[in-house]
Amino acid sequence: MNIANYLYLSALLFTIGSIGVVLRRNSIVVFMCIELMLNAANLAFVTFSRINGNLDGQVVAFFTMVVAACEVVVGLAIIVTIFRSRRSASVDDASLLNR
Amino acid sequence: MLTTPSFEYLLLSPMLIILAAAVIGVLAEAFLDRNHLPVIQLFISVGAILLALIQIYRIKSSSSTSAAIGSVVIDKATIYLQGTILIIGLLALLLISDQEQFVAQASAIPGSREEQESTSKGSIQTEIYPLLSFALAGMMLFTCASDLITLFVALEVFSLPLYLLAGLSRRRRLLSQEAALKYFLLGAYSSAFFLFGAAFLYGISGSVYLVDISSAVSGGYGNDVFVLIGLIFISVGLLFKISAVPFHAWTPDVYQGAPTSVTAFMAAATKVAAFGAILRIFYVVFSPIANQWRPIISVIAIITMVFGSAVAIAQRDVKRMLAYSSIAHAGFILTAVLALNKSGLSAALFYLTTYGLSTLAAFGIITLIRDATGEVTDLNKWAGLGKKSPLIAGSFAFLLLSFAGIPLTSGFIGKFAIFSAAYETGNIAVVVFGVLSSALAAFFYIRVILLMFVAQSQNDSISIAIPSVKSRIAIGATTAATVILGLFPSLLLNITQSFSIFIK
Repeated sequence: MNIANYLYLSALLFTIGSIGVVLRRNSIVVFMCIELMLNAANLAFVTFSRINGNLDGQVVAFFTMVVAACEVVVGLAIIVTIFRSRRSASVDDASLLNR
Repeated sequence: MLTTPSFEYLLLSPMLIILAAAVIGVLAEAFLDRNHLPVIQLFISVGAILLALIQIYRIKSSSSTSAAIGSVVIDKATIYLQGTILIIGLLALLLISDQEQFVAQASAIPGSREEQESTSKGSIQTEIYPLLSFALAGMMLFTCASDLITLFVALEVFSLPLYLLAGLSRRRRLLSQEAALKYFLLGAYSSAFFLFGAAFLYGISGSVYLVDISSAVSGGYGNDVFVLIGLIFISVGLLFKISAVPFHAWTPDVYQGAPTSVTAFMAAATKVAAFGAILRIFYVVFSPIANQWRPIISVIAIITMVFGSAVAIAQRDVKRMLAYSSIAHAGFILTAVLALNKSGLSAALFYLTTYGLSTLAAFGIITLIRDATGEVTDLNKWAGLGKKSPLIAGSFAFLLLSFAGIPLTSGFIGKFAIFSAAYETGNIAVVVFGVLSSALAAFFYIRVILLMFVAQSQNDSISIAIPSVKSRIAIGATTAATVILGLFPSLLLNITQSFSIFIK
């Protein structure tokens, strides 16, 4: 199988993720779309690692997973606090600052 | 025979000290008595920053530059930037520790009984100190990272604490939480772009080290499309952090919603760190293909300068106005990145320092203007401030003049250095737009000054808080630096010139 296909898949996932961030309204879903983008980048790293014949890309993928886990901790903490004070996780409702 | 890789702990020691302070701070949160924590935490953070500054001084003329097996390059420019970040961090820490503007218990629902109880008990969320230390360490690492992994990890290490700090304001909780959410979602979005770009740069070079990527880019082997994808996506991630247009949307909201002393830190230190990384990446990695990115970055610099200055005029809130002015300033510094020569680098270093210190002073002064409900950031209520407190209003006016780039202020010298560096390289269009938008910016700065000194005050509800010793030191030192560097710029210009060296 042509290895370039993995890059197309990664680009596709990244595009779906970034469109999702712009279009979706629930902050949890927006956050999941961001995670999808990070995983698309991971897939690209691993594919390039295979193409280049060294392991650096796979190491990066591990680091990305750790960083993404930290991001989940911080992000969910923020989203949950917002939900508790407004009873809504919609990013449209959080618009006090634009006035 | 395996040789142990040399780690160069001495060169890394400033960052290691700050990281250690952060970890010790987290442990102190868990084990020590709540009543003494604010003092202990402040002591740990300030002590670590002072120690790290001493270490910076000790390594400033070190001959070796590569550390942590090539993942980190401690060259002259890095040492200068790290020193600047530490000084800004120290002064911001004085502002942060002084004000009662942090929430007593971040997890309590705004307006609930739980929140009132914790506020009346006088408890305080002392986690701000370790968070600030983590952010500082991440920023320092970001300026010296020379491989993609370190760069990405450093980006997140300094961003994540800032997302949390933005949401910890005691008053206007909902605004503050909203600022944290926006900052977090957009920040994570941009770091995903950064990572995707990094993947393609790794793809063309087969290495995560910036040196190898640079030679792959200049050698032209590999795939040109991949180089461009990598360049564009990495730039998006970095331009977001310096809030260049069109990646600026978060800036006004976050600056307004975050506690003012955190905004001061964020505005000053994040810019220094992010520009440190941008300068390194464009000077070290992408300088061979400058012809390809210069037009794009020129356009972004022009739009950023003009947009920031134009929109600032319409603002009715001081913090939002300073946010748009910081966007315009990002455009000015981008002009120095475009120069791609030693005078451009030196100008950028000078501008970052002076802008950082003046911003810190300006936000520090905003924390002092209050009424019964807390800080007053509505510009209309600032009318007649000059009569109430000529000293405070006068200092604020002076800082605004420095932002505008009026001669005899440090802002003028910085702008002059940047524009002359850009002019040297023949970037006339950018210089013209830069000067025009400076004039535009001067208009709204002077409008604020007129408002403070000439307009009649409509209500007497606002008062000026008597600053404590810590605030006085922070605001006084930063304002004094703006004056002194305006009158005697060569004091700092000589330093930036001798420190403007990037090593691959």
